[in-house]
Amino acid sequence: MSTAQGILASYEYLDSTVDAIENLRKAGFKNLKVYAPYPEHHIEHALGYGESPVRVFTLVGALTGTATGFAFTSWTAVDWPLAVGGKPMISIPAFIPIVFEMTVLFGALSTVIGLFILSRLPNIKPAVVYDPEFTAGRYGIYVEADGSRLEEARKIMNAEEPIELREGAADA
Amino acid sequence: MAVGTQERGALTHPDVHRLDDVNRDVLKVLATPGKGWWMLFGLAVAGVGLFLTAWGWQIYKGIGVSGLMSPVGWGVYITTFVFWVGIAHSGTLISAILFLFRAPWRQSIYRAAEAMTVFAVMTAGLFPLIHVGRLWHAYWLIPYPNSRFLWPNFKSPLVWDVFAVTTYFTVSAVFFYLGTVPDVAAARDRAVGLRKKFYTVISLGWQGTDQQWHHFGKAYVFLAALATPLVLSVHSVVSWDFAMSIVPGWHATIFAPYFVAGAIFSGVAMVITLTVPLRKIFGLEAYLTTKHYDAMAKLCLFTSMIVFYAYLSEFFLAWYSGEEIERSAFWNRLFGTYWWATWIMLVCNGFVPIMLWFKRVRHSIPALFVISIFVNIGMWFERYVIVVTSLHHEYMPFAWGIYRPSVTEMSILLGSFCWFGFWFLLFTRLIPPIAIQELKEVLPPPMRKKAKAHDGGEAHA
Repeated sequence: MSTAQGILASYEYLDSTVDAIENLRKAGFKNLKVYAPYPEHHIEHALGYGESPVRVFTLVGALTGTATGFAFTSWTAVDWPLAVGGKPMISIPAFIPIVFEMTVLFGALSTVIGLFILSRLPNIKPAVVYDPEFTAGRYGIYVEADGSRLEEARKIMNAEEPIELREGAADA
Repeated sequence: MAVGTQERGALTHPDVHRLDDVNRDVLKVLATPGKGWWMLFGLAVAGVGLFLTAWGWQIYKGIGVSGLMSPVGWGVYITTFVFWVGIAHSGTLISAILFLFRAPWRQSIYRAAEAMTVFAVMTAGLFPLIHVGRLWHAYWLIPYPNSRFLWPNFKSPLVWDVFAVTTYFTVSAVFFYLGTVPDVAAARDRAVGLRKKFYTVISLGWQGTDQQWHHFGKAYVFLAALATPLVLSVHSVVSWDFAMSIVPGWHATIFAPYFVAGAIFSGVAMVITLTVPLRKIFGLEAYLTTKHYDAMAKLCLFTSMIVFYAYLSEFFLAWYSGEEIERSAFWNRLFGTYWWATWIMLVCNGFVPIMLWFKRVRHSIPALFVISIFVNIGMWFERYVIVVTSLHHEYMPFAWGIYRPSVTEMSILLGSFCWFGFWFLLFTRLIPPIAIQELKEVLPPPMRKKAKAHDGGEAHA
């Protein structure tokens, strides 16, 4: 993927960035990569994001934890029955703390796994076209295109007064 | 134009204007350390040496070098364990609960508070290992069956505690680490040499793309939502270590909320104790303003009232129950052998925070620093009172006894502060101690149209 050609624009202003994204999308450029120094919901909105599927990972993880915690405490209680104080073998109230902790633990870890899978992290090979100012104060848009499409993208990006335009391949 | 006018960052950080100002000011902290840092770090390393020596001595000689002796089988170690778990709590409160409630003042504090959480749990986690004496049997805490396939008793609060504390450490460490990733990436983009390599690896190659932010934001919300009930559960479980027994002074239904409030109280005080020097040494006055301290002081005051209310209701219920032994236990608390510990607790946690009612005190950083130290001391003594005065004066008068902490125990207590300080000092040098990206979220975004309307440059003035 990293052999594909593309163009990267760095912007100083948020509204320029959002306008550029909207114009690029109108012109039919679908595969945009937008850089921002912080999560900006205007950018997400301009890119037309829906709900993140991370929530599925959280729910499935948490429910797995609940089931595991309950199965574990109950099974060990009946595996070697020790009747204490005439209480039932499977004393649900006494198992709640462990069931709860397992729910949280599994839910949290599976959320992180979901995040890593969905946002392709970790990915530490250096990007070819990247502006270190993106983590400071600049916004950026990368479009993958070649030939006349590249020129078209360049024109749209230029209309919003970028600080810098660079051609090259971003890492996939 | 899709971007509407926003009132972000209107008040909390009046002296921070541009997005990259944040990088400049916060990343400056990571530069070459000054003399003050090295002195503190040297002190911390020496203290860790003391800690390991004392612990080593106890392992070599046996648990007899501590003052623990029947009837007081729990002493300074358990007190300090509860103390450090409590300290941890307000970090998660600030980072997760106030995040879900969108409190406008948490951004600049929460990274330091969260680091405090992780290091405090790391410190607390050592104390059960120290307390068990025979360290080589500590792996028995891991829930697995013995050679005759008998499992640990999962109905026991002590086993719940193992689950609660390990889960808490895992989740808060993950939450902390994940929150730092975008900021470490910011540090990476400014660093050179070995530091750059280090940051490249621990930032996981974060670039701040739309896809990364999108999933990151959601994952962060869910982690906060999981951490919120977790933090309440952990100190409840710690309190049940006591409350599930029948020791007079421990066996009370009030314990879970009482412990949680106390934990947040002591933790907020510790955040103040830690951030006041941080702000001063690194010149972060524009980020940690009196507004932030005012908010923390109010939280401290509020939890102090809950804690004091809990003290009073404990005394009231002991009297109202008509139960002779319960009454005797609480009378002994106030006027018995350990009366001084109880009065330190009452004065530091109940009376000293009354000063926080005054705005002048809340806006004075030195005053807050002093009060926060009092609260730290008071909260340590609260746990000491609960643990020791209850155990030394149980049911049978012939079984009453006195506990005197030994030098080994006090060295380990002192050393635990140094162990904590060691990690915290390393943290201020390696990870941006103020959340760069979250601060940017509340700063007004740079707008071309506004800049032009104001004849250029005005927006950045």
